[in-house]
Amino acid sequence: MSEIAASPHRPALESWLRDPLPWAFLLLLALVFGMPALKPVFAFLFPGQERPLYEQDSFWSLTLAHLWLVGVSSSISVIIGVAAGIFVTRPAGREFRPLIETIVATGQTFPPVAVLAVAVPLLGFGPAPALIALALYGLLPVTEATVAGLESVPEAACEAARGLGFGHLGRLLRVELPLAAPVVIAGIRTSVIINIGTAAIASTVGAKTLGLPIIIGLSGFNTAYVLQGALIVGTLAVVIDLAFERLGGFISRWKRG
Amino acid sequence: MIDFEHVGKTYGGWQAIEDLSLSIAEGEFCVLIGPSGSGKTTTLKMINRLIEHDSGRILFAGAEIRSFKPEELRRRMGYAIQSIGLFPHWTVEENIGTVPSLLKWPKAKIRDRVTELLELLNLDPAQYRDRYPHHLSGGQQQRIGVARALAADPDVLLMDEPFGALDPVTRDTLQLEMLRIHKASGKTIVLVTHDIDEAIRLGSRIVILDGGRIVQSGSPRDILARPANDFVSDFVGREDIGIKLLSIETVSSRVRRDGSASGEPIAATATLRNALSTLVARGVDSLPVADSDGSPLGAIHLADLVGPHP
Repeated sequence: MSEIAASPHRPALESWLRDPLPWAFLLLLALVFGMPALKPVFAFLFPGQERPLYEQDSFWSLTLAHLWLVGVSSSISVIIGVAAGIFVTRPAGREFRPLIETIVATGQTFPPVAVLAVAVPLLGFGPAPALIALALYGLLPVTEATVAGLESVPEAACEAARGLGFGHLGRLLRVELPLAAPVVIAGIRTSVIINIGTAAIASTVGAKTLGLPIIIGLSGFNTAYVLQGALIVGTLAVVIDLAFERLGGFISRWKRG
Repeated sequence: MIDFEHVGKTYGGWQAIEDLSLSIAEGEFCVLIGPSGSGKTTTLKMINRLIEHDSGRILFAGAEIRSFKPEELRRRMGYAIQSIGLFPHWTVEENIGTVPSLLKWPKAKIRDRVTELLELLNLDPAQYRDRYPHHLSGGQQQRIGVARALAADPDVLLMDEPFGALDPVTRDTLQLEMLRIHKASGKTIVLVTHDIDEAIRLGSRIVILDGGRIVQSGSPRDILARPANDFVSDFVGREDIGIKLLSIETVSSRVRRDGSASGEPIAATATLRNALSTLVARGVDSLPVADSDGSPLGAIHLADLVGPHP
């Protein structure tokens, strides 16, 4: 009897312990704030190195700057990408679909480094060229996913919504977008994860990101710097990816319910 | 309630509907039937402006339908379709409450209405209210589809082959429920089907369409007894017309109150077609008839089936 009474609590705790998201998040915090404590380890691993720890900026400020760059550029990608995806699936925008798909695909065909190189003479060094390059680069997955998501909405649900008296906006907001959301979120997830990695390159044009130790490390043959930057960027990507997985599950919870 | 006056509809040069005039009275159960491409679904969808007519006038409650905003017109007309189209991300309650919430009914009123409709369609509210559509069988989903169409107590119910995708047993049950709902509510119902048996069973009036024109319109008995032309005779099934005539009448209309016969009794609510089938199967020429509560009512004889219509 006591076993049965105790059992409702155990699965909750167990599933929390098995959940990788809090663990990955703790690891990220440990790396960001605890990196200075690892100085002896890096000194041991790279004995020839005079400065085995990147100390020009705190890793916390680099992480914040990195997240800011990714956040702003991804928001631009999402706003433009979702709007474009909605537009080309409306009767009025249908004929623009091939055009917009081509433009968006071209945005991703250009390597981000090339976009950065082109943007610097126009906008100067700093975060501005990086923002543009990243926003362009992240546009394709979002637009494609929005179009695919909206097209996956069952035709019958759309017809019923029309026949029951939804207006255009009501149908879009209450029926089409919620049903498309899992696919759209998957596209945003891809876009953001790509941007977290690509943002590191933006340090080549003077944007402060977690790519800074990597790039300084590469140019100064300091593998310890490269490793420190890469560890945090990698863990950050894992944490954000897991968070998106959680969000996707929450949005499509009706499939299980 | 709904009047078509010389209505036409063309799709890129192809005349889908031609000079169609039809008046559907309040409380009528009007079944539109015809082969594929006859314009039956187009006719139905023109009523709630899912398809706009090109010429003529369509009146709803006396006013040209174009004088209404399409959304407002549709909220006053229930709409149920073959593919059902429940919103998969909404619970049964939210689905049924679609139009009431569009009309901004208070929450408590919507909740009561959902309870009432689930009971009307023989689904236990406590059990089904919070389920999602993918946990329901096809028949249950279409019950919800019908409940959703009825939710805001619309003046008119439009149904586009609502039972077409269901198995025969479920279809049979839902047809009986539609008849019951029609009888109880007195709503005007316009239903599209390609199944003549469904039309005969449900319709107080059958409108037969072919090539965008009305070929014949009348009560099931008119259509069966006096088909307007060969097309109608073929469509209603020339060889089975007699059998179909038997299916629109119940045993109670021909029972001999003073008669008696032996064997298992047949229900007074059964159709004459059931009676004939039972007579043939048992190899007898008369059957005892019982009331719905089982008390004997009289007997029916084989000869009674072929007598003149009352």
